[in-house]
Amino acid sequence: MDSALIPKGVKRCSFPQFSIGILIVGAVLLWGVYAMLLCWFKGLNQTGMNDSYGFALWIWADLAVIALGGGAFFTGLLRYIIGKDELKNIINFAVVIGFICYSSALLILGIDVGQPIRSWFIFWHVNVHSMLAEVAFCLSIYFSVLAIEFVPLILEQKQIDEIPFFHNLAHNMHEIMAVFAATGAFLSCFHQGSLGGVAGVLFGRPFAFREHLLVWPWTFFLFTWSAAAYGPCFTILLTKIMEGITGKKLVKDNVIDLLAKISGWMIASYMVAKLVDTWYWATVTAPSKGLTFMDFYSDGSGLYTIWIIIAELFIGGIVPAIILTNKSWRANKALLLIAIILAAVGVCLNRWVMVLQVMAHPVLPFEGWFAYMPSWQEVATTILPVAYGIILASLAYRYLPVFPQERELNPVED
Amino acid sequence: MFPFSFEWVWDMGHYVFLGGMWYAIGIISLGLTYCIGKTILDMVSGKGGGHGDHH
Amino acid sequence: MKENHSNDKANKFGMVIDLDKCTGCGACMVACMSENNVPFKKDESKKLDSITWMHLYRLTNKKPFPDTEVCYLPRPCMHCEGAHGHPPCVSVCPATATDYDKKTGIVSQIYTRCFGCRYCMGACPYHARYFNWWDPVWPEGMENYLSPNVSPRMRGVVEKCSLCFHRYQLAMDKAYHEGRKELEEHEYQSSCTQACPAGAITFGDLNNPHHQVHKMVKPSKHGGKPTATNAFRLLERLGTNPKIYYLSSKEWVRRLGDNYLPEEKTGEIGNHQPKGHH
Repeated sequence: MDSALIPKGVKRCSFPQFSIGILIVGAVLLWGVYAMLLCWFKGLNQTGMNDSYGFALWIWADLAVIALGGGAFFTGLLRYIIGKDELKNIINFAVVIGFICYSSALLILGIDVGQPIRSWFIFWHVNVHSMLAEVAFCLSIYFSVLAIEFVPLILEQKQIDEIPFFHNLAHNMHEIMAVFAATGAFLSCFHQGSLGGVAGVLFGRPFAFREHLLVWPWTFFLFTWSAAAYGPCFTILLTKIMEGITGKKLVKDNVIDLLAKISGWMIASYMVAKLVDTWYWATVTAPSKGLTFMDFYSDGSGLYTIWIIIAELFIGGIVPAIILTNKSWRANKALLLIAIILAAVGVCLNRWVMVLQVMAHPVLPFEGWFAYMPSWQEVATTILPVAYGIILASLAYRYLPVFPQERELNPVED
Repeated sequence: MFPFSFEWVWDMGHYVFLGGMWYAIGIISLGLTYCIGKTILDMVSGKGGGHGDHH
Repeated sequence: MKENHSNDKANKFGMVIDLDKCTGCGACMVACMSENNVPFKKDESKKLDSITWMHLYRLTNKKPFPDTEVCYLPRPCMHCEGAHGHPPCVSVCPATATDYDKKTGIVSQIYTRCFGCRYCMGACPYHARYFNWWDPVWPEGMENYLSPNVSPRMRGVVEKCSLCFHRYQLAMDKAYHEGRKELEEHEYQSSCTQACPAGAITFGDLNNPHHQVHKMVKPSKHGGKPTATNAFRLLERLGTNPKIYYLSSKEWVRRLGDNYLPEEKTGEIGNHQPKGHH
């Protein structure tokens, strides 16, 4: 039915089968849209947040998708600036994932603010000293870079590519893609960092606060580093999921191996920095505010106890770093899969504690730990981008030449 | 964002922050203009071009 | 954030709250809500999203009967000065919707500028900032009793104690009219101060050595740390540099005012200077 739109030389499932899949995910999407409209029209009383928990599930989701979407800028940097040519076989997909992640983050932010109609104040009346202003600027400009990186892929769609203007435009955009990728990397370094800075500058919140280098707290550098380290793992993870769903090999092993190796060493070096940061914070920064390390892990509900930092640093950090830096281990499909899943969970957990544990930990000595339970509206609006992402990724895979090696790896007899 | 908003101050923070922003926006706009302009010129001059490696 | 550089005669309005006198009656809370048109919900049982610019905490020494002791601690916005006018909440606001006024020392909130990102709430360790989760709805007829000097806030923005800034404006208007540029101590007093039946709250200019608040706590010139016996500020060692001071003769109360490592003595937290993190 839609065969005229499908790229040459590749096989896709039947249109009805594709449509049913999209409809199922579309139902989830609609559920999310309904919750989003409730939040917009009735206000944020639809959420489980309160005055002690002003940042919650949404801000975590924002930070998490941006960290996971970090694969786009880092793969772009490796491909276009550092010159790792093999990565051209995965960069398209990394860009699609990045586009999905960043558009989701912007959408969630649009729901999260109390007066969405005034969102433009953040630009117009900007306070240049605010980390959140830096996030908003870099995020929205970088999103335009991602859109520019996505455009040539769309222009290469079989029907569009036949129009000479678009064909040439795609070619010319490819020619100077390094310029866009470099700008994207510059912007990403700052918005990934400033998302870390959002927590690190809070000198009224000893759990989040970190010492500064110039105007930036350590979390600034840790966030940029961790996004570059963990982002590619998420790109690999989604490639593997895509391969699982389509039942096809889409990217050659040497490409995955290269990206996994770089990611592994990045995670390993990040872990060294993170452990030093944690040690300094636990032994110098926190005691200077009258708090011991274990004060931060004494939540009576059991959620914010010592296990959470062990899960983040050891299970979600050191373990994947060891697996991915070891050539024979990462060549093992099962171990590779375990490593990239643990890595994705690890970085999400880091973002979780840097948002929610900051709010939960009582700073006033006469207060107790604060509890928070998201409402269904918050959960639905957080799942909404996931559904949107699945639909966009499916459409991109079906109609666009996302994986350049697909044809070679899965020859089709015409 | 602009010097005519009342909270604007001519200080280092504004130079660095907004300088970086306009720099990034400038590069992106120039890049896009170049791509579109060159494509139009190519079309006018009748150059086919662009059958190379796109990825 | 244009800065006024002629700060030589700047005021630094603040409070001293004597916890030995506070009975926990809540008159300050009621006065504050009524003075500042603070909205309330039909069902106020869920306290974590109730708006109370002035909030009353109940502290105990956690000892079993008969040694149990209780102390009430009223907590308005601390109007932190931070280091050089950088409170925790002001520098984080992305849209310049909150500001530190170096002329009065008051941390302002511009309701029509705030777009409700709630970053300032996360930054404040005192929970002094409140979000309008709902549109304000007053019982029928009560609109007529709202104060015309304070604008009500809409859904989706953050609000907090303003140290009754409108009273400062009214007093200044009167002073200008009479050809004066300075206020007398009694001319500008917050509503909670005047409502307190026990006289536990004292309000005034901490920079003015003739004002009661200055005499009571004798703030140090650098960092504002109180030098008077029994005086303390909440979370002093975070470097927030608040302008609300407390007095208590009880050591366990003063100890609850800050976080201490087990071996540290109450009040001895070094000559900590507020840090400039912004």
